Amino acid sequence: MLDFLLRRLAQVLPTLLFVSMLIFGLQQLLPGDPARILAGEEQDPAVIAHLRERLHLDEPLPVRYAYWMGGVLRGDLGESLRTQQPVLDLVRQKLPVTLQLAAMAFVIALAIGIPAGIVAAVGRGTWWDSLANAVALWGISTPNFWLGILMILLFSVQLGWLPASGYVSPFEDLKASLASTIMPAFVLGNAIAGVLMRHTRSAMLQVLSADYIATARSKGLYERTVILKHALRNALTPVITLGALELGTLLSGAVLTEQVFSIPGFGKLIVDAVFNRDYAVVQGVVLVTATAYVALSLLADRAYFAANPKLRV
Amino acid sequence: MSPVLRSLLAAALLTALAAPAQTLRVGLAEDPDVLDPTLARSFVGRIVFAALCDKLLDIDEKLAIQPQLATSWSWSADAKALTMKLRPGVTFHDGEKLDAAAVKFNLERHKTLAGSNRRGELAPLASVDVVDPLTVRLNLSAPFSPLLAALADRAGMMVSPKAAQAAGDKFGVRPVCSGPFKFVERVAQDRMVFERFDGYWNKAAIGFDKIIYTPVVDATVRLANLKAGQFDFIERVAPSDVEKLVAEKKFKLARITEIGYQGITINVGKSDKAKANPLGRDARVREAFELSLDRQGLAQVVMDNEATVGNQWVAPSNPYYAKAFPVPKRNVERARALLKEAGVPNPSFTLVTPTTSDAQRLALVVQAMARDAGFDVKIQATEFATSLNLADKGDFEALVLAWSGRADPDGNVYSFHGCKQPLNYAGYCSAETDALLNQARSLREPADRKKAYDQVAAQVLKERPVIYLYHRNWLWAYSPRLSGVRGVPDGLLRVQGLKLQ
Repeated sequence: MLDFLLRRLAQVLPTLLFVSMLIFGLQQLLPGDPARILAGEEQDPAVIAHLRERLHLDEPLPVRYAYWMGGVLRGDLGESLRTQQPVLDLVRQKLPVTLQLAAMAFVIALAIGIPAGIVAAVGRGTWWDSLANAVALWGISTPNFWLGILMILLFSVQLGWLPASGYVSPFEDLKASLASTIMPAFVLGNAIAGVLMRHTRSAMLQVLSADYIATARSKGLYERTVILKHALRNALTPVITLGALELGTLLSGAVLTEQVFSIPGFGKLIVDAVFNRDYAVVQGVVLVTATAYVALSLLADRAYFAANPKLRV
Repeated sequence: MSPVLRSLLAAALLTALAAPAQTLRVGLAEDPDVLDPTLARSFVGRIVFAALCDKLLDIDEKLAIQPQLATSWSWSADAKALTMKLRPGVTFHDGEKLDAAAVKFNLERHKTLAGSNRRGELAPLASVDVVDPLTVRLNLSAPFSPLLAALADRAGMMVSPKAAQAAGDKFGVRPVCSGPFKFVERVAQDRMVFERFDGYWNKAAIGFDKIIYTPVVDATVRLANLKAGQFDFIERVAPSDVEKLVAEKKFKLARITEIGYQGITINVGKSDKAKANPLGRDARVREAFELSLDRQGLAQVVMDNEATVGNQWVAPSNPYYAKAFPVPKRNVERARALLKEAGVPNPSFTLVTPTTSDAQRLALVVQAMARDAGFDVKIQATEFATSLNLADKGDFEALVLAWSGRADPDGNVYSFHGCKQPLNYAGYCSAETDALLNQARSLREPADRKKAYDQVAAQVLKERPVIYLYHRNWLWAYSPRLSGVRGVPDGLLRVQGLKLQ
């Protein structure tokens, strides 16, 4: 096990280094002079010159990369030139929000997607299957921002049950926190549930037609045991891969949903930073997200072992 | 009754009688930038500063200069020194005294802090003298009338010298000023929380205990929040939502004509591109373009009539508006004749426009209107950063550009039409206009300044480096429980006098 982890770590570190170069390099391709954008309405030449110096814009690209990487290795991701806030503080502020939203959305996606996939596969061709497919299609094809605004209009403006937007930390007030995140979590989870349902269904159909399932049934096992213990376990491997990828996407922030519900997560942070050419923030957040992605892939690898003991051999 | 029970009852009664802590919740259209008046650059930041940092002066609904931290002021005979008397007994949020030394520190900080955005506004300020603890004299290198308006904005905001020295260039993370509210916390893109400053000099004018500013970018969502009771006040309501909002009669609406403008900047000399296109090359083609536009129609389609049409850098209601040059009416025949005279009956040019929906709508309507006169307008939508880059390099023929405006006309015209000025994207340069612009800065009497600006208008409006279209309305919607909202044309919500019932 340790050996496996070390091997994966040896693969991960160069990946992260490559990612850091990629983030840094790609950002330079963005049109526009960051110093000018940060200089605001007045466009004072002295301010522009000062910002160019702060951003090391007159230095060659590798030197600028070295400045940034040097900071990262010392645990300093720099500071936002727009608000003066340290990037690490911004990450610390946003990460719990994004984590909570991602976790809630993921639980909603799992709670809808996997049972719907199983029901659709087991009842293939029945109206249960059609219903599950319709739900999946609805989830995949409904634009997040549209569903979000509709939910706000219904649950906040009309019924007054939930706050229209904003975020409350669960440590401040658990009930208010759930109330502020349930709508965005549902909007996000709803989209992923559809994808999960489709994958669970096709994986289950494949497994259900395997010989060992017929054997299990002929042994006189309960159908429930056959499906949940024998079929689902094997069918879960591709679903776990997909789930990890979807969770990774959630962790990188859900731009539109965060925008609609004014949830201060990673998505909103990074989009604003890109439009304002706040380089340090973009770099810092993307690096953290990339690291989270890589860590999730590692966890997904571990989850395969748990779900499917054959892989341990 | 036992003493314990009695004291419990008394405590309960006192709690019930105590006024509940009142919070004003404001929905902003953007997340402000750094909360340091010296470094701040955004319009939305100025809204927040109105609660946090008092200024030496302020402006009122009619753009007249009013006292705030300075109670009176006088100019020297040569107009090169401004003496200001300060309000006694004012303290900063950290308890430090606001006196002449603090004012000197602040003005010098504006002038010298690396990256200061105030340096340009205070350019002619040569030195500051502390006359006595409550009197300060600002010595100028040349007479400079726009100084008062600058001191009624961020250049006049005072921060605690002690806190500024201690925080260095990180001051904006935890600002300490002398305004009615003091900083509590800021969660980027989420909220800014300020609480009432008990030591405020004008305490009686403050009607609530806490103020929370929350940025919500989408206008529909901002309005939904107001309707759901999450906000008491929102700024920049979408013009398309106004009709319904008024019909519903559940919220109050304030409309204030902005001091800025919406216009189309034409490259007349910024780069070689100016000469390569008839629009940049020939003033007759620009006149034809202007005559092809129906401003009222534009305001109606783009802004749902929530704008005042105009043709100058100040609105027609502004005292500095040059009445000799009224808003021209659409005249397609005359436009065609001018194009024929210029030898280009069907000129073609590209109009660079921001990606916002109202700017896109504006470009489309301009395209359709100009087509009637024979123009072939191509639209190039670019995000803000890219259009700024194109503007700076002169890599454009025409550009949709808005300006948030300044109280003094100088702030709307000098940097745009002065030779080689930072915002002169059109590349317009005339020695005569430059001389007039400088003259208007140095004159003190409004009537004399007006004459100078009339002459600037005669020069600039003939050349048309910018075709001014309209002045948008600041649209505010707020709860009927909120009273005392003052519509100052700079679009900044003053918290003094506001009350929540």
